[in-house]
Amino acid sequence: MAITTLQAAIGEHVRDGDTVALEGFTHLIPFAAGQEIIRQRRRGLHLVRMTPDLVYDQMIGAGCADRLTFSWGGNPGVGSAHRVRDAIENDWPGALAISEHSHAGMAAAYVAGASHLPFGMLRGYLGTDLPRVNPAIRQVTCPYTGEQLATVPALNPDVTILHAQKADRAGNVLISGILGAQKEAGLAARKLLVTVEEIVDDLGAPMNGIVLPNWVVTAVCCVPGGAWPSYARGYYARDNAFYIAWDEISRDRETFSAWIDRYVLGTGDFAGFIAALRAAGVGP
Amino acid sequence: MSAAQRPEWTPDEMMTVTAARMLWDHCVCFVGIGLPSAAANLARLLHAPEIVLIYESGTIGTRPNVLPLSIGDGELADTATAVVPLPEIFSYWLQSGRVDVGFLGAAQVDRFGNLNSTVIGPYQRPKTRLPGAGGAPEIAMHARQVFVVLKQSPRSFVAEVAFKSSAGFLTGHGARKATGATGAGPQAIITDYGVMKPQAGSEEFELVARYVHVTVAEAVAATGWPLQVAANVDVLSPPTQDELAVLRDLHRRTREANSRPVKLPV
Repeated sequence: MAITTLQAAIGEHVRDGDTVALEGFTHLIPFAAGQEIIRQRRRGLHLVRMTPDLVYDQMIGAGCADRLTFSWGGNPGVGSAHRVRDAIENDWPGALAISEHSHAGMAAAYVAGASHLPFGMLRGYLGTDLPRVNPAIRQVTCPYTGEQLATVPALNPDVTILHAQKADRAGNVLISGILGAQKEAGLAARKLLVTVEEIVDDLGAPMNGIVLPNWVVTAVCCVPGGAWPSYARGYYARDNAFYIAWDEISRDRETFSAWIDRYVLGTGDFAGFIAALRAAGVGP
Repeated sequence: MSAAQRPEWTPDEMMTVTAARMLWDHCVCFVGIGLPSAAANLARLLHAPEIVLIYESGTIGTRPNVLPLSIGDGELADTATAVVPLPEIFSYWLQSGRVDVGFLGAAQVDRFGNLNSTVIGPYQRPKTRLPGAGGAPEIAMHARQVFVVLKQSPRSFVAEVAFKSSAGFLTGHGARKATGATGAGPQAIITDYGVMKPQAGSEEFELVARYVHVTVAEAVAATGWPLQVAANVDVLSPPTQDELAVLRDLHRRTREANSRPVKLPV
């Protein structure tokens, strides 16, 4: 475990062609890390995420990925993830192969990955067309009852990236609030990078709180605000106005690219990104 | 319809109120975002104060003061009885059979209540790529019954969905039951024209109720298959002043919350 900068962590641990999962279900989405991957111009990533919303809209639109494994891809409550759509419908900025699941299937795949089992199992997908278009969704017969159950191959990303509320100085990480599949995705990965709101002397973790011990964490980076425009419970709320505004920013290629060029590629780090938004009068 | 007959509520409001009326107190309801979420919370604020609302983000027994924009807004967690990890919500709480009603929207529904939220056009090269199934396939499979709420048009109500994201009655005539699905499947589709329910036997959806301001012919014309009409079509009573006031206030609070600037503490 190393406590380091986000630039150093992404530079050292995320390689072109890697399978990378940025998790966080609406809450604690590691936006700063996604933008740093864009800044470092990683290419050919296989991106994995249950809900590829704005964070993957940005990364896919910026050309970081050629494959996506997911279960729901949109701008929650607003509409389309326009850049994800454009990649699937029109190969812009490049072709994007997809492996599509349901949430329950994807959750089972992460649980299997965290358990180092070969596959996850569920009563799922029954009567749907998803197994027809995703041949990885198969069936197994229960050896006890004969019931047919759906299976999904384990997900084991090369790198999982999470955002959390805090870490202590030894790099133990505490997550609270809506957890999504963060713990499972973290434990399924070969490397786990975590950005946090703050680094503290004492986590003050409740006994059954979600703590990722430092020996399963590869690197911790202190990036206050790093989940914006999603939220970090106890620190700041979800910026729903920005999610609504993103619909216009991302709708066409030129507006999107200008936004990425100005605010992400044109800034050195996440603090610079926030400062640039504020200077333009649109910052949080 | 003439101006004199125009009601002082919108079809959206009528639809949301009708959907809310179908939920009961203490019902365990797995809620989709959008119209289902508005209806479920309206029910909670009106006649079902002890309804248990579950959102797939892992929030159980949530009582949001404003409607969430996303399925995992902080408001849902802050007002919940319990917040559990996402794999758990699908395994321990949904697959286990603890949910009375799954409340879903979609882009398209067909005559047998199958839902499409995945693609319009060929899967590999879609004309319109939609967000995808999310939690719906297993909600549709395991909830004891499913209610669908969706605005009606010939494009959204189609004879057969091109992609089954979530199973209704499949091809009807007992096809769903033969798969071993645990839940009873879609028992009502609430639209902005009225309510459809599955016929006994064929399991094809037919019009069973209409709003006071629409005709049966209009409801049939807004459907992309030859919609059958029940022998007696109920006329649903209009929203009461109380229902409208509570719904409008909920939407007003939500609009205010969504336009409130967020300040990062850095």
